[in-house]
Amino acid sequence: MTAPDNSSGSNATPRSTREAATLEFRGATKRYPGQEAAAVDGLSLTVPAGEILVLVGPSGCGKTTAMRMVNRMIEITEGDILLDERSVRDRAPAELRREIGYVIQQIGLFPHMTIADNVAVVPRLLGWERDRIDARVKELLELVSLGEGTGERYPSQLSGGQRQRVGVARALAADPPLMLMDEPFGAIDPINRERLQNEFLRLQGELRKTIVFVTHDIDEAIKMGDKIAVLRTGGRLAQYASPAELLMYPADEFIEDFVGADRALKRLALQRVRDIDLWRAATVRVGEPIEEARRKIADADIDMPLLVDEHGRPEGWLSERGMTGERVRAELRSRAEPTVELDDVLRDALADLIESEVHYSPVVDAEGCVAGVLSLEVISQTLQIPPDQVRTGPDLVAPGDEAVAGSEAPSR
Amino acid sequence: MAAGGGDMSMPIASLFTDAIRFIFVPQESVTGGVQVGGIGEISSLTANHLVLSAAAIAVACVIALPLGLWLGHVGKGEFLAISVSNVGRAVPTLALIAFFIAFVGIGFFNVLLALILLAIPPLLTNTYVGVRGVSPDAVDAARGMGMSESQIVRRVELPLAVRSIFGGLQLSAVSVVATAILGPLASVDTLGTPIVSVNVYGQAGLLGAAIVVAALAILVYLVLTALQRAATPAGLKA
Repeated sequence: MTAPDNSSGSNATPRSTREAATLEFRGATKRYPGQEAAAVDGLSLTVPAGEILVLVGPSGCGKTTAMRMVNRMIEITEGDILLDERSVRDRAPAELRREIGYVIQQIGLFPHMTIADNVAVVPRLLGWERDRIDARVKELLELVSLGEGTGERYPSQLSGGQRQRVGVARALAADPPLMLMDEPFGAIDPINRERLQNEFLRLQGELRKTIVFVTHDIDEAIKMGDKIAVLRTGGRLAQYASPAELLMYPADEFIEDFVGADRALKRLALQRVRDIDLWRAATVRVGEPIEEARRKIADADIDMPLLVDEHGRPEGWLSERGMTGERVRAELRSRAEPTVELDDVLRDALADLIESEVHYSPVVDAEGCVAGVLSLEVISQTLQIPPDQVRTGPDLVAPGDEAVAGSEAPSR
Repeated sequence: MAAGGGDMSMPIASLFTDAIRFIFVPQESVTGGVQVGGIGEISSLTANHLVLSAAAIAVACVIALPLGLWLGHVGKGEFLAISVSNVGRAVPTLALIAFFIAFVGIGFFNVLLALILLAIPPLLTNTYVGVRGVSPDAVDAARGMGMSESQIVRRVELPLAVRSIFGGLQLSAVSVVATAILGPLASVDTLGTPIVSVNVYGQAGLLGAAIVVAALAILVYLVLTALQRAATPAGLKA
């Protein structure tokens, strides 16, 4: 009756052997008897395979109800929800749920089971062999960065952040093509929440699951979502868009209010320095002929020569005196501070500029070599680019998608 | 009546010594002519007592555990599980035995029935409360991961309620063991026989049997405490 995934043999280490599913809400509606207003009212949208859909909105907007209709924890009153073009209403609820990862805010680990047994719940329900389960549990605990020996411990012995990781591992256990996550980081303190969000985005970069993610926090929505569906009270869809679109073209006043007055700044959180057109820098070295240096300055977008060392690392902005004579001399106007990294999120880079009271600064790559110059002007131009032309790095989005997955902090 | 005031005026220490002797050494009955007490009779009465108690508790478990688990799982029947149980506890077992004489006559079945009714309320209430006390998040997660309702009960709610259930079992077992002394009122020989027939067994017999019943109740309590500890899942002990 169930359809366990047997394609990955017991000896293999199945990481993501299953194709992510496409999810379609087709006029999905939930009405409770005796209530005039619907909890979810005719929700229609499609989530492409491998993308994160964030359902966001004020409390009571039906976002959790909408999510719970997907695995039939709440029955649909009208309309339909299709998983890979197959109606969830045609599936036996228990069987359907075993194929859908499920993470809730309070996680709901089973306190009487070890961590390993908690993670093994769905594989056991699916009747996997013992060896395969053991291998899978080990692999998953590694995947969510839980150390060796965690498997034998009990939930009460773990911190909130660790429990959250176990919750994610448990939901991933049977390699489901779809995951439902209801405020999964809601009960975590802000510092650990950010870390878990970043970890999860990194994980998602590898796994490419289709995910329905519920939150009331618009910042989290912008960070996590490939697509964001904003719901308003009464369970109606207010806007369905990529984070960049949502911030640039809010559909109405409700969305404008909801995303907040600082939506221009929020957009900066969606991009990294490497994603935008930087100014070309005139990089010069000590002892370089002045003529060549002048030619470089003419080609550059900024007429301030940037002195670099023999490896191309920035030393500082060259003064007029450094450009006198026949060859470039090490006469600095100022140190090259701050420097911005290509992997920095634009918002953080802007904060660096403002804090250092400068209008521009060199951008360096992973080796520390100059890759260009970031200026306030460049940033303000970026904000005028329509969202469909917004470029994002490959680590931030699903292939072939224009939307932005978030602002994962660089691991360095 | 025949046991008279002479015994009552005996020093406590002496009465206690006589009671202990009654447990181990047969002696002539107050009425004369027969030997009563001694390790032989006490062992046989204890065996009867335990069989009756165990049967009552076993049947009570068979009724109360599934009912309590089910009511707790669906979250309904709080009235039944708690209020009716409390009423049940208030009805004296002695009254029940008298009541059942009219319906089932005297004998083993009569006392068994009365003791079952005594044992059910604490078991039912504690099972219900134990299941209701399971974190709703754990149950939601279990359901959301695809456990069937019976799997939720067996794999999540029962193990998490086991401590509370054992608490109820302890209450039930101790009161059943203590109340089984009413057996002889319906012609079932238990450790209650020397207590009820004090005119035959004498003060020493009454006290001797009472000491054995008390010891038995404490023993049952200790055994169940050990069992509870063994049955409580490791993750809940920390």
